[in-house]
Amino acid sequence: MLGTGIIKGMVETARNFVGSYHDPERLTTVQYPEEKLAPKENGRNFPFLVFDGNDPMAGLRCVACQICEKECPPQCIYIIKDTVKKPDHIGKMQVQPKTFDIDISVCMSCQICVEVCPFEAIKMDQVFELSTTDRFDDLLLRKNELAKPNSYYQQLHPIDAAESDAKLAEDKKKAEAKAAAATAPKPPSTEPTKPA
Amino acid sequence: MESLDQIFVSGKQWLVAFLPETFQPIASILLVITAILGIFATLFAVTTILERKILGRIQNRFGPNRVGPFGFLQPAADGIKMLTKEDIVPRDADKIVHFLAPLALMIPVALALAVLPYGRNMVPVEFDAGLLFFFAVGASTELSVFMAGWSSRNKYSLVGAMRGIAQMISYEVPLVLSTISVIMIVGSLSLVKIVEAQSGFVFGWFPGWHVFTPWGLAGFVLFMIAATAESNRAPFDLPEAESEIIAGYLTEYSGFKYALFFMGEYWGMFAISGLAVTLFLGGWNAPFPFLQFIPSYILFFAKLIALILTFIWMRGTLPRLRLDQLMSFAWKFLLPLALTNIVVAAIWHFSKDLQLPGAPGLRWIFCALVLAIPYVWLGRGIAQAQRTKRIYKFAEN
Repeated sequence: MLGTGIIKGMVETARNFVGSYHDPERLTTVQYPEEKLAPKENGRNFPFLVFDGNDPMAGLRCVACQICEKECPPQCIYIIKDTVKKPDHIGKMQVQPKTFDIDISVCMSCQICVEVCPFEAIKMDQVFELSTTDRFDDLLLRKNELAKPNSYYQQLHPIDAAESDAKLAEDKKKAEAKAAAATAPKPPSTEPTKPA
Repeated sequence: MESLDQIFVSGKQWLVAFLPETFQPIASILLVITAILGIFATLFAVTTILERKILGRIQNRFGPNRVGPFGFLQPAADGIKMLTKEDIVPRDADKIVHFLAPLALMIPVALALAVLPYGRNMVPVEFDAGLLFFFAVGASTELSVFMAGWSSRNKYSLVGAMRGIAQMISYEVPLVLSTISVIMIVGSLSLVKIVEAQSGFVFGWFPGWHVFTPWGLAGFVLFMIAATAESNRAPFDLPEAESEIIAGYLTEYSGFKYALFFMGEYWGMFAISGLAVTLFLGGWNAPFPFLQFIPSYILFFAKLIALILTFIWMRGTLPRLRLDQLMSFAWKFLLPLALTNIVVAAIWHFSKDLQLPGAPGLRWIFCALVLAIPYVWLGRGIAQAQRTKRIYKFAEN
């Protein structure tokens, strides 16, 4: 009969109305500034620089190779190499960046910088509360603002971080083995010496 | 109790008595106008926040809850926003008509509010033909819809206005016809007389409201459906259907003119709900004898708010109709039922003094049957029309 569907619908909405008061589970809204959703493992927005140890500048993994700068599609990365070198995670002396700026107003969150980095130095962040009163200077992130500890990365993307840690540990092991081989007494050469 | 019931009437008389006698009538009128505008502006603010909160809860969300306690100061924030917004008029618009359209909505609606009896002895303007006056000014709101749509020089506005005109004129017919049964039974067009006619109690405790008779119930339902369409509210919100035509005839309105339109529409809803209360729900009469101590104006506004909440509830439930569904519903369902209802009211009136065993019960059942059979029959026709495939004669070639 005409009208029964309407009554059914009215009952359903009334049930929702009453239910949302006595059963808060129904409400899917998150009251944002007070409550926040847990970050998603695969979420990403802007890059940050990973450092090891306690000193952000000394432990920075970046070696200023500028691959990311060249690969960046919107050209939002700006690097100047420093003249002073510092040892990297395997003890090799490497160049370090004097300036490392990312303009996040230009960044398109493509993650290409992360894909191309051979040093596990640049990773994607999940910060989103970035509103500022200055749209030029405050959106240009400097080296010290970009540097974040490895523990932060581990917490943000546990699976990726474990992979990258394993890779670095393997590199270090290889380097140590190589160093050990280099310092060990040289085995007698099998190559025939050239006649003088 | 009597003094509390008449507190506003006696208060006005007391205030007016301070003035010299020549100014007393105009002071009295001004006081009433101020009171009406103040009360309905407040009710408008309360309704907007209630509507947003109830719709939110119906959809399992919170609704606005940031401004003030539980978000109840949201209307103030909205008002400030509306007042400070830029008033944009399209370059090619007909500027005078564009400016006059909100006024052409507000003025008739405010006039319609003037004839409703809000309480015992509380009628701002007591007309012998109050009902006629209400429909006369109520019908002129259609003009404002068309003025807004035509003057904006925007195709969305024009489509919205066209839909609005078609809808409002079609639904005006069942709206007026559904009230005729009340006029026939009461024998008067005066809204005060109509309220008085419903003041008695059947069996000494049951309210003698018109809605508790077969013709009254049918009339009330028809009236409410037509009133929803008249006030352009969901599910009959085709003129402003935001998912199809942006905001219909309101597309080119911004700032305070938009606020005026918005307020006019809500006031129209209050006015027509007030009329429904007056005609069918006993006006300011108490539902039961033991509730007669409640002041009459509180009863009136309680019923009014209950009807407004029903409007909100329907808006949260029903999806929008298609234009052909809207038209066939008005002309093929509401109109025949409204006409049947007039016949039923006539039967009811002439079988009043019938001397038969069990006559009151028989009369009730007979009248209810006369209404129920066409309801089921016409309803089946509408349901069948919905099931048949639509043929687009001109679109498919």
